[in-house]
Order: sequence, then C-alpha cells, then structure tokens
Amino acid sequence: MPTLANYLLVSGLLFSIGLSAVLLRRNILIIFMGLELMLSASNLSLVAFSRFHLDLEGMPNYNAQVLVFFIITVAAAEVAVGLAIIVALYRAKQTTHVEDLNSLKF
Amino acid sequence: MQLALFWIFSILMLLFALGVVFFRSPVNSAMCLVMSFVALAALFVTLDAYFIGVVQVLVYAGAVMVLFLFIIMLLDLRSEENRRVKISAWVGGGLVVGGFVAALSHVLQSIPKLQAIKPDLSNPAVNDVAAVGVTLFRFFNLPLQIIGVLLLVATIGVVLLSKKELK
Repeated sequence: MPTLANYLLVSGLLFSIGLSAVLLRRNILIIFMGLELMLSASNLSLVAFSRFHLDLEGMPNYNAQVLVFFIITVAAAEVAVGLAIIVALYRAKQTTHVEDLNSLKF
Repeated sequence: MQLALFWIFSILMLLFALGVVFFRSPVNSAMCLVMSFVALAALFVTLDAYFIGVVQVLVYAGAVMVLFLFIIMLLDLRSEENRRVKISAWVGGGLVVGGFVAALSHVLQSIPKLQAIKPDLSNPAVNDVAAVGVTLFRFFNLPLQIIGVLLLVATIGVVLLSKKELK
C-alpha cells in the first residue's frame, strides 16, 4: 500500500515540474500550462491528506475534497480569463514570447 | 497491487508533465498535459476520491484543454520552434527546482508520521458524490454561491476582453 510520503513526493515532483515549466520556457502558453500543473499538484496533496486523516466515523475528511472542488472551479475561471488576455496581447503585439513583451522595461 | 497501480500512474503523470516542459511545439505540450491530467485523475481514484477524479477529467482534460487547443490554433506559433535555448536560464531554473526537490525529500524522510500506510475506510462502498454534496451544501453554501458569482464575472470579463477594440 502506498504511504502518505509517496503521495506527497509525487505531488512535490509534479509541482517542481510545473515550476520548471514556468522558469525555463519563454512561451507564455507553456508558462500557463506550468501554472495548471502546479495547481493540480496542490490538489493531489490535499486529497492525499483527506484520505489519510480519517474522521471519527472512519471516513475521509470531505472538507478537503470540497476545497479541491473550489480550487478546480477557480482554476477553470482563471484559464478562461488568462487565455482571453493572451489573445488580446497577441492581437496587440503579434507575439507570445515573453522576452518580446518588454514595454515596461526602461 | 495498489502500490503497483500507484507507481504506474505516478510515473506516467510525471513523464507526461516532463513532456509539457521539453516539447518544442505547443500542440505537443498541450497533448502531454491532457495525458498528465488523466493520470492524475487515476491517482485521485486510488485515494477513493471518485468525485474529484471525475471532475478532474471533465473540467481539466475536457474543458480547459479544449480551450488551450483552440487558442493554440487561433495564434500562429510556427516561429516559436527555431528560437535558440538560453543556457543561463536552464542552469538557474535547474538549480531552483533541484533545491526544492532536495528540501522536499529531506522533509519527507525526517517525519516518521508520514510513513503511515493508508488506513481502511469503515464503509468502502460509500457514495462519494453524496458525501461531498452534503458537505458542500450544508457547510459551504455561502462559498458555493460566491463561486457562482465568480464564474459569472469571469464569463463577462472574457467577453469584454475578446471584443474587437478595448476602450
């Protein structure tokens, strides 16, 4: 049977892969995908904690699963708004490469 | 048996997540992201969270990824592939990520409570959707209403952002 440490390790590795996508890639769409990976990693550790910390009746802690439900909802809204902003940005600048988006740079 | 399934789906998920980072073309990255989310849904099922697994497939692998593919199709990203890779960025990013993984594995090994194996549920055939729904509507009713308003605001915002000329 897998232990809690296994789940947390996998969740941490998924988070670090998402972080590396944000740090290493210069395409704004791939950076956005990395953000989604990091959100999912936090969901995995929340569900793992809920399953390993049973309540008095021996059932999982469903509050954590409700929190994951809210996180997924907010992430869906975030993706819709973020992609609309990316499309507006592409219309204005004709690029999705973050190093070309340097209007604020002195 | 369950340990084998856990490792199979974990390794699948991590490999596809690595594909998101290392493929040059955004379409390949998006496809890897879909497979990674499906494997993550399988991991939720190994944790007896059937409702969350189904929502993960519906929302992430369904809605969010269709949105991503539409946007990739809408933007013409062919010039992206022949950019050269910056060595300094990869070294710096690798250092940050490696430090994070090292700190995490040290913490996981130093806490003995985390080595607990999965306790059995008192009622393994429980209706997971009903339990989450009761919790959601009984104890989290106000946040549920607020999240509905948030989705409405996001929809209106997206429509405004997508209009031809922003004023």
